[in-house]
Amino acid sequence: MSQIKHLLSAADLSAEAAIEILDIAEGMSNVNEREIKKLPTLRGKTVVNLFFEDSTRTRISFELAAKRLSADVINFSAKGSSVSKGESLKDTAQTLEAMGADAVVIRHPASGAANVLAHSGWIGGSIVNAGDGTHEHPTQALLDAFTMRKRIHGASSTGKNLAGVKVAIVGDVLHSRVARSNLLLLNTLGAEVHFVAPPTLLPANPANWQAKLHYSLDETLASEKPDVVMMLRVQGERMNASYFPSEREYSRIWGLNADRLALLKDSAILMHPGPMNRGLEIDAVAADSSKSTVLEQVANGVSVRMAVLFTLLSGERVSDAS
Amino acid sequence: MPANFVLSSVQLANGQITDIAITDDKISAIGTGLTGAEVIDCTGLIALPGLVDLHTHLREPGFEQSETIYTGSQAAALGGFTAVHAMANTMPVADTAGVVEQVAALGREAGYVDVYPIGAVTVGLNGTQLSEIGAMANSRAKVRVFSDDGKCVHDPVIMRRALEYVKAFGGVVAQHAQEPRLTEGAQMNEGKVSAELGLVGWPAVAEEAIIARDVLLAEHVGSRVHICHISTAGSVEIIRWAKARGISVTAEVTPHHLLLTDELVRSYDSVYKVNPPLRTAEDVLAVRAALVDGTIDIIATDHAPHPIEAKDCEWNAAAFGMLGLETAASIAQEVLIESGKSNWQRLAEVLSHNPAKIGSDEEQGQELAVGAFANIALIDPTAKRTIVAESASKSKNSPYIGLELPGRVLHTIYRGYFTVRDGQLAPQGRK
Repeated sequence: MSQIKHLLSAADLSAEAAIEILDIAEGMSNVNEREIKKLPTLRGKTVVNLFFEDSTRTRISFELAAKRLSADVINFSAKGSSVSKGESLKDTAQTLEAMGADAVVIRHPASGAANVLAHSGWIGGSIVNAGDGTHEHPTQALLDAFTMRKRIHGASSTGKNLAGVKVAIVGDVLHSRVARSNLLLLNTLGAEVHFVAPPTLLPANPANWQAKLHYSLDETLASEKPDVVMMLRVQGERMNASYFPSEREYSRIWGLNADRLALLKDSAILMHPGPMNRGLEIDAVAADSSKSTVLEQVANGVSVRMAVLFTLLSGERVSDAS
Repeated sequence: MPANFVLSSVQLANGQITDIAITDDKISAIGTGLTGAEVIDCTGLIALPGLVDLHTHLREPGFEQSETIYTGSQAAALGGFTAVHAMANTMPVADTAGVVEQVAALGREAGYVDVYPIGAVTVGLNGTQLSEIGAMANSRAKVRVFSDDGKCVHDPVIMRRALEYVKAFGGVVAQHAQEPRLTEGAQMNEGKVSAELGLVGWPAVAEEAIIARDVLLAEHVGSRVHICHISTAGSVEIIRWAKARGISVTAEVTPHHLLLTDELVRSYDSVYKVNPPLRTAEDVLAVRAALVDGTIDIIATDHAPHPIEAKDCEWNAAAFGMLGLETAASIAQEVLIESGKSNWQRLAEVLSHNPAKIGSDEEQGQELAVGAFANIALIDPTAKRTIVAESASKSKNSPYIGLELPGRVLHTIYRGYFTVRDGQLAPQGRK
């Protein structure tokens, strides 16, 4: 038994530690269904949401999570990069340290920024990576795993892993922190990961990745019959950089439309981290279908982030955190 | 006239044990039983011709917060160097006779090493208009090496013209091989580590494609070309092919590309951020083999000082570059001697004779022989030292801090003057 201090990468979590967080999140989701959605657990603790990138959804999810645990929450948004802003990450971190932050939830456009913050000695509190560049977004992977487990195991989810679950992750894998964190956590929990993307949006050398790579979505849906299909958002800045010829062509070949929705097996679920580009990577019929978990993911995000903050800040021990 | 000094019982690179007598700025005698005003027992030390760095960033003028010609010269002397070539990417850029003469003058004033300014190939390193190469060549600085280092001369027509034009002045173009479009926003080697870390990759092909183009251009116009800091196994293959074909190409490798790999980037510690980036273990093996077999001609440090704030930040925001002058000889010893793969003569070639030849430094890189300038590095090959942050350089961005490396430069003699004695820097340079 050892305490985890930071959550920087999905790789920080052993299977036991991950399941423990998911189980705590089950309890938190019950709190979120009560009339008074509040626990006193983190009273007197200060959580800072340090956002160098706009992400209203992730920020309010963390904010709500911290508030429901009775922590004091400060939102610090630093628009643009630290360089253009004229204040370095170091100065910002030391400022927060001087103000007595117990945890810093950081979203930053540079891969590795959360690691640098955690290991720099600039700050003593816990660091939660809420998305660093194109590297990782571990709480997204946890909420996705929570959502899969809930759909598959329902009320008997507690204590379960995702052994044997086949997950197809479709789209811009190359630039996706969601894909990287999901890959690591799903492997840890025993799931089987398939990436489906045009070759331009896969890493040129993914040698170490424990995932099967596919170019064709249709073939993957037909041959693999995935339990979970997760669509990734196509970022606007990729569209004019020759990763694919046009939005129409991308949508035709890699979009999840009504026809492809019909190919999914009855029990399959369709996920998307949001925000969706309706009509591009997913169409309205698919997004609004009963297979879609998009809104459950949002709700579960709050429970999972409560569990993460609780685990890091309450002194609760998690087994075998690496 | 009696000798000023006698270095007694030194071992030359060829293994011979001898005395070396120094009178004024020259070697006056080599043999046994030599006498002079002062006899220094050098038993167990290796005497090499003073080391020559073809690729140093001294940062002055313009970036004196990182390094000055004075502090960089001192770091060079501590590393056993008696000459350095100062890269042109200063502010203002070394693209006029005025700037290169100023750099050379500050080098003479410092008095620790010969400072040879490198001239920019293009005005302001902008890659579009040739700088006044003739004016720099004919200036008092007598520039012979031209480079836009830090940037690639990527326009093939400009590169062709530069290769042709420098022939009029006996010059050479030193290319920083980096295809700019393939490396937009690049942060580290493109490979399995970059895929995991989510950092934008700098693919090997971006280096290799430019080298392939430039050796063919050099062949076509009958010029010689020098390739800076090659870092990939593929680059080695292209250079090997070009040399076999008779193309006049020389190539350098840095100490860090001989020792470090992209696995270190997993720490996101920006001290490992460098351009070209640290590559894979296979690439390290390839450049090491090429250094031994002669495909790579020289080790050059690419000493690139940066102030603390340029590295004390997230990876993407950090500057590219690492220190190298004070550790180069030890890494060369590790790679050539301790590995059992080569010998001290090869070490003298790659760190002294060959860089001096490529840079046309007539008074450097000479064999230790009577009448030669007394530029000598004396190395204790049995010493082991753990690298510390303290350095003569103004900057601290060494990737080797905490590592144990073999060998130690005990004395450096620059034109007959001890710039370093018993490991201690002379309080002032040679006047």
